Amino acid sequence: MPRSFPHNPQLNANGELQHLLSIEGLPREILMQILDTAESFAGVTEREVKKVPLLRGKSVFNLFFEASTRTRTTFEIAAKRLSADVINLNVAVSSQSKGESLLDTVANLSAMQADVFVVRHGSSGAPYLIARHVKPHEHVINAGDGRHAHPTQGLLDLYTIRHYKKDFARLTVAIVGDVLHSRVARSLIHGLTTLGAPEVRVIGPQTLLPARVETLGVRVFHDMCAGLKDCDVVVMLRLQNERMNGALLPSAQEFFKHYGLTADKLALAKPDAIVMHPGPMNRGVEIDSSVADGPHSVILPQVTFGIAVRMAVMSIVAGN
Amino acid sequence: MKILIKGGRIVDPASGRDEIGDVFVSDGKISATKEKTDRTIDAKGLVVAPGLIDLSARLREPGYEYKATLESEMDAAVAGGVTSLACPPDTDPPLDEPGLVDMLRRRAKALARARVYPIGALTVKLAGERLTEMAELAEAGCVAFSQANAPLADTQVLWRAMQYAATFGFPVWLRAEDQCLARGGVAHDGEVATRLGLAGIPAFAETIALGSLLQLVRATGSRLHVCRLSTALAVEMIRAAKKEGLPVSCDVGIHHVHLSEMDLGYYDSHCRLEPPLRSQRDREALAAGLADGTIDCAVSDHTPVDEDQKQMPFAEAEPGASGLELLLPLVLKWGAARKLPLAKSLARVTSDPARILGVQSGRIEPGAPADLVLFDPGQHWRVVPEALKSQGRNTPFLGYELAGRVRVTLVAGSVVYEA
Repeated sequence: MPRSFPHNPQLNANGELQHLLSIEGLPREILMQILDTAESFAGVTEREVKKVPLLRGKSVFNLFFEASTRTRTTFEIAAKRLSADVINLNVAVSSQSKGESLLDTVANLSAMQADVFVVRHGSSGAPYLIARHVKPHEHVINAGDGRHAHPTQGLLDLYTIRHYKKDFARLTVAIVGDVLHSRVARSLIHGLTTLGAPEVRVIGPQTLLPARVETLGVRVFHDMCAGLKDCDVVVMLRLQNERMNGALLPSAQEFFKHYGLTADKLALAKPDAIVMHPGPMNRGVEIDSSVADGPHSVILPQVTFGIAVRMAVMSIVAGN
Repeated sequence: MKILIKGGRIVDPASGRDEIGDVFVSDGKISATKEKTDRTIDAKGLVVAPGLIDLSARLREPGYEYKATLESEMDAAVAGGVTSLACPPDTDPPLDEPGLVDMLRRRAKALARARVYPIGALTVKLAGERLTEMAELAEAGCVAFSQANAPLADTQVLWRAMQYAATFGFPVWLRAEDQCLARGGVAHDGEVATRLGLAGIPAFAETIALGSLLQLVRATGSRLHVCRLSTALAVEMIRAAKKEGLPVSCDVGIHHVHLSEMDLGYYDSHCRLEPPLRSQRDREALAAGLADGTIDCAVSDHTPVDEDQKQMPFAEAEPGASGLELLLPLVLKWGAARKLPLAKSLARVTSDPARILGVQSGRIEPGAPADLVLFDPGQHWRVVPEALKSQGRNTPFLGYELAGRVRVTLVAGSVVYEA
C-alpha cells in the first residue's frame, strides 16, 4: 500500500483556499483572487455603512498567543465589516499560563462553535498543527507564526505594491534589515516570486540573513547603497530591540548608519520608488523620520489596505 | 533447554558465512554438536542471524515511566530482534550513581528479555561540572561513559574527564556537538530551516566539536566512540582519524541514513531529532560511510516520546523517535539500496557493535551466547501504531511499508519473542 503523502494543507480537495497558512505554495490564481477581492472591498471601507453581510452569523476567534495590537485590531475590524461575531482571546496570559496545551485550547474554542481561527503564535508552524486538528468547516488564518510566515501582511504588501506600481513584471524590490527573524520578509518574498517580480533583493549584514537565503529566489546584498540602486520598492523591516546589542549587531547606531533608510540612500532608488514598513517602526534605527513621513512613504496606506486584504481572506475561506 | 533451529539461512556477519543449515542451542550457547533437543524450530525461509546489538536505546527508566517502561521497551526490543542494548544515561535522575545502575540492571535481568548495558553519566547529573565515580559505576555494570544529548560545553572538564576515563581504560561515548553553536537550534541550518523559519544548528556545530574531541583523544589516549554522526564532513574527519590510527569508532542513527531535512515537510514533529536531520548530501555521506565501515554501526537511538509532547509546534516538540522495532527493517532497506550482501549490512548491527561493546555475542559460532534472531526478510509490514510494542509510537516512518519481520528472538538460548 502506498504511503499517503501530505497534500498542501492550505487547500481543500478542489484546490480552493481552506486555510491561509503561508503564501509559499499558493498558486498565482489564489493570490490574484485575494488581491482582486480586496480591491472590491476597498470601496466598502469608504462607505458610510461600512458593512457587508458575507460572514453574518459566523464566529471569528482571534487567538493571539503573542502580543499584537495592530494585526489583531485590523483583523477585528475586517471581521466586523464582514458582519461576523468577533471574539478576542489573549491566550498569552490565560490558558497557556495554566499549562493547557495548544490543541486543548483550540478544541475548547472549537466546542464554542468557531468558524475562523485567526492565530498568532511565537513558534513557527503552530498554525499548521492547529489546521491539522480543526473540524472540516473550521478555517485557520495565520496572523504570524515565529519567523515563518505572516501571509496577510505579505498580501497587504503585495496589494500596496500593485496599487502604486500596477504590474509586478518589471519591478525591482529590496527588502532591508533583519531578514533572519522576519516572517514578513519570507511571506513577501514568496508572494513576489509567485507573482513574477523579476528581481527581489535582500539587504542586510550576514548576521541578519538566514542560511542559504538565496534559495528563496533573492539576490543578496550586504552593501545597502548597491542594493538600493534603481529599486522600485523598498521594504524596511523592523529590528527588535533585543537584537540591537549583542552577538548579532553591536549597536542600533551602527546599524542605522549602514542599513537605516535615509533620504540620501533613498535617492539611489528610482525617483518614483515607494517605501514600505510593516510597523511598528523604530524611527532612527531602521528608518529616518524624514523618509517615514516623506513623499515616498506608503506606510499608512499599507495599514488601510490591510483591512481590505483581511476582509478578502476571511470572505474567501469562510464566506457564505 | 536444547533447541534445534532447522533449515534456516544462517547469516553470520563475523565470519561472512551465509548458507542454509541448522543451528544448535544448548545451555544458553551455540553448540557445535547435535544433541537430543527439547524443541525444534522450523526456520525454513527465514534468516537466522545473531541478535541485534543496539548501542543506543532509551528505556526511560528511571524517571520517565509515563513515556515508556522497562517492560514495554524490552518487549519492543525483542520484537525488533534486538538482543542487547546499551542505554544512555539521560534518565531522571541520570545514571550517575552505582545504585541506580544496579537497580536498572536487576530490573532488566528480572524481565529476562534483551541484555541491557547501561552507559554511565560522565559528569554528575550530566551537568558537565563534576566527574562521576566512574570506577564505581563500572563495577556496577556501566560499559562506557557518556553525556547523552548534553555535550560538555566546558572543554577543560571534557579534557579531564577523558584523561580520567583513559586512566582506567573506560571508553567514552560522546556526541560531537558544540553547545554554543547549537543553542536554540531545532533543525539543520540550511534551506529548509530558512523556509520554515526554524532556528538552525549549523553543520559545523558538529565538526568543530569533533575536531576538539579528536585532539583530546590524541592528548589523552582515551578510547572514543562518537555517537550519532550527522554530517558529511564529520564522516571525512573520522575516516582520517582512523587512518591516523586513533582509537576512535562511531555510529549513526538509522533515521539519519534514510531521512533528510526535506522530510520535515510541513513541520512533522516526528522528524524533530537530535542531531537534526541534515541535507541530502549529508545523508548520502552517512549511508556511504556506514557501507565502507568508516561508520562502525547503526543504532536505533530509540527515544519513546508520548503523543502530547509531539503534538506541539515543531520547535517545542520533544526530540526523538521510536526505533527499536524499526532498526532491522531499516538496516535491511539501507543494505538493499546499496546492494550489500546481507552479512555485510547485518554486521553493522551485530558483530561491529559487539566489538565496540567488547562482548561475545553478535556472532554465530560454537560457544558464543545463543542470542539469535529469526526473521523473514521478504515479509512486508506496514508501520502503524498498533504494530509497535514500544510505548513510543513516535516515528517518522508511520505509514511506510518495510520489509523484514522478526519471527523468533532468542536470548541466552531462551525464546523471548515469537510471532
